[in-house]
Amino acid sequence: MMATLDDLLWSYQSLIYGLGTNAILGLSMYAVLQLGQLSLGQAAFMGIGAYTGALLTLRLGLPFPLVLAAAAMVPALAALVIGGPTMKLSGVHLAIATIGLGEVLRVAYINTDAMGGALGLSGIPEKSTFAIIFGLLAVILAGFILASRSKIGRACEAIREDEAAARVMGIDVSAYKMTALVISAALAGLAGALNAHFSSFIGPNEFAFEAAVSILSFAILGGVTTPFGPVLGAFVLTALPELLRPFHDFRLVFNGLIIVLVVIFLPRGILGFRIRRTGG
Amino acid sequence: MLTVETLSRTFTGLIAVDDVSFAVTPNTIHSLIGPNGAGKTTLFNMISGLLPPSGGTIAFQGGDITALPPHRRARLGLGRTFQNLRVFGEMTVLENVLTGMHPRLGVAWPLAVLRSPAARAEERAGLAKAQALLAKVGIADHARRPAADLAYGDQRRLEIARALASDPALLLLDEPAAGMNPTETAALGDLLLELRQEGLTILLVEHDMGFVMRLSDRLTVLNFGRKIAEGGPAEIRDDPTVIEAYLGTKVARKLAGAAA
Amino acid sequence: MLAQQLFNALVLGSVHALFALGFTLTFGVLRVINLLYGFYVAAGAFAALVAVQSLGLGLWAAGAFGVVVAGLVAVVCDFLVLTPLRRAKAPELSSLIVTLGGVLLMNSLMQIVFGAEVRRFPARLLGQDAVTIGPLVVAPIQLVIIATVFVLVALLFWFMERTRLGTAIRAVAERPDTAALMGVNVGLVVAGVSFLSAALSATAGILIGLNFNAVHPYMGEPMMLRGFAIIIIGGLGDIRGALVAGLALGFLEVMTAGYVSSNLKEAVAFTALILGLWLRPNGLFGRASGKRA
Repeated sequence: MMATLDDLLWSYQSLIYGLGTNAILGLSMYAVLQLGQLSLGQAAFMGIGAYTGALLTLRLGLPFPLVLAAAAMVPALAALVIGGPTMKLSGVHLAIATIGLGEVLRVAYINTDAMGGALGLSGIPEKSTFAIIFGLLAVILAGFILASRSKIGRACEAIREDEAAARVMGIDVSAYKMTALVISAALAGLAGALNAHFSSFIGPNEFAFEAAVSILSFAILGGVTTPFGPVLGAFVLTALPELLRPFHDFRLVFNGLIIVLVVIFLPRGILGFRIRRTGG
Repeated sequence: MLTVETLSRTFTGLIAVDDVSFAVTPNTIHSLIGPNGAGKTTLFNMISGLLPPSGGTIAFQGGDITALPPHRRARLGLGRTFQNLRVFGEMTVLENVLTGMHPRLGVAWPLAVLRSPAARAEERAGLAKAQALLAKVGIADHARRPAADLAYGDQRRLEIARALASDPALLLLDEPAAGMNPTETAALGDLLLELRQEGLTILLVEHDMGFVMRLSDRLTVLNFGRKIAEGGPAEIRDDPTVIEAYLGTKVARKLAGAAA
Repeated sequence: MLAQQLFNALVLGSVHALFALGFTLTFGVLRVINLLYGFYVAAGAFAALVAVQSLGLGLWAAGAFGVVVAGLVAVVCDFLVLTPLRRAKAPELSSLIVTLGGVLLMNSLMQIVFGAEVRRFPARLLGQDAVTIGPLVVAPIQLVIIATVFVLVALLFWFMERTRLGTAIRAVAERPDTAALMGVNVGLVVAGVSFLSAALSATAGILIGLNFNAVHPYMGEPMMLRGFAIIIIGGLGDIRGALVAGLALGFLEVMTAGYVSSNLKEAVAFTALILGLWLRPNGLFGRASGKRA
């Protein structure tokens, strides 16, 4: 039994690890989308985490837990700078403010020799294990479930449904939005570092627009009424291309099509149920 | 209780509220009336903090709140309902009321997330209080239904229960009787009088003149964004400026009828 | 040297401004950030290219063909994707997300159909070599660009101020709820704005394609990033702001490339965007206006 599991892990290792990190990315999108906010900087935050993590491991040889912590913190700081001015404005502003981040960082990576330039960074030691990735995923998912069942989740749902009404109910909407964006950036950074430490290579072009839209499609497909949605969405959209290899060229077409169809026909995603909480 | 001084608001090329001052006395029902477009909802939005004024000040319970964000005003005891129903449609009726209680739930967030005994006790107490509020406004039967499924009048009552959940000192009601039948309107009137009896202060915007005249201790009349009259129901009923403002409308006939 | 830089900035900035104009117009009227707008850049440029290569049309005819094709594609896309959401009164972000999926879908399809490589217009189309005018070296196409942009902007202002459809568009932009009551045909306005804005986007795409003589499926993406910066700095929905911010961004980019480093050119728009959000969140000419509740 253990032997077969080992075999499975071995032959599909990068796919299975990818399921885990993409699920974390899906949850990072959930953190903002559940407030009705859209960040298109998730891929960029992931990239910041990946580069931070890879550089700390390669150049300083820091222990892995410390590397992961830093990889979560640096993008969180970036989120403060980007998100600060947009919190009092409409949701459209945050989407726009984050959309260009990936592009400008790509230029920065390419032009910085210390970050490997256009060649990227390779030879990153494989420190991410199945236990670390899925252990972190479980902790994050549990955290989101608990939060969404509490008064915090109630406030978040109120903000998503009607921001002005939520403000008048005494909910500090700006603080919720800012916190959500920072958490979301930290999780994306964490996923980026985990990813870098099993793919062993990162390049400047991996964290651009298409990656951001892919992360969005995880959350849209699964739906954001519960934290389970984005995890399921990430699993489906990560596994599907592997099963449909002959159609690999159509992967992005498919991702785009999913978003369009789900938003129009299944606005709550494929997992549209509500979380149960007091009075529910 | 609430003092509004020389409050103004302009939108691009349009003066919605122009230099309006009035004061609401504690433990009264104070009505804002005026024809459509008189600036009543704009005034409400400024008082609750959703819209920054172009000029003037708002004081609440002795403190200047002009620059405070809406959630801080709610914490100070300012509650409101909306003219265009804004219940949280996907939540249950009870959850809506619990959301209104948000500023009064004091347990720190980590404890709330981890469901500590204190947090559970707080949620239980909140649930009991929410159920009592629903009974008070008369929609206890619908407690576990999604709010969007409620009939129009019941959604209005839910908004009132949700606003009451934060134990406000002053409640702003924006056309609470709109879409209600005469029986429901009468029941709503009784409820508001009962709330005043219990010590609540109410600032009311309503088009149903019979309702307004029955309930109000004092009225402020707006027209084209300006205050044109203020006084008790009897004074307002006989005020020629008020009758002129409403000239040719159904309300004018009603006012005339009430005076006769 | 400086004069030449200023001239180049004028060429680049006027194309930016033209592009952002349609973008901000869509937002002003439809209240939607339509990311498909970037796709119409490439759609127009490819349609014009096909018109030249397969239909044998000349420069102006091919340009007009590209613009009309992109406009019609926009009307169809809007009808298929955005109208259902408008009808369902979906939240603002749903429209943004759906167009985001749409642009990924369309760009990827275009890459599959046309290939990823850069295509070029035949050299005969672009006219003679550059000429020297005083201190300036000017390519004829650059003059075409400036002239086109100025004529189109003037036409747009005339259209918005003097025609019935233009007046209706402004009415919807300013008072969406009451416009319908005043007898404005909202469906027609929506289609009109979709066509008009996509036509502007396509024009910008064709002009860019001619200027650098390069057409490829993803040419809209960098334009979109600039467009975002311009409409935020100019103020969402503000036509005058889009013109000024578009020209200014062209100027900043050319100066950065000329005097600092050409690598940093790509970062100018985003830096300006973030600075703009911190310093003037309501745009250059924006007043402090709260959201209407």
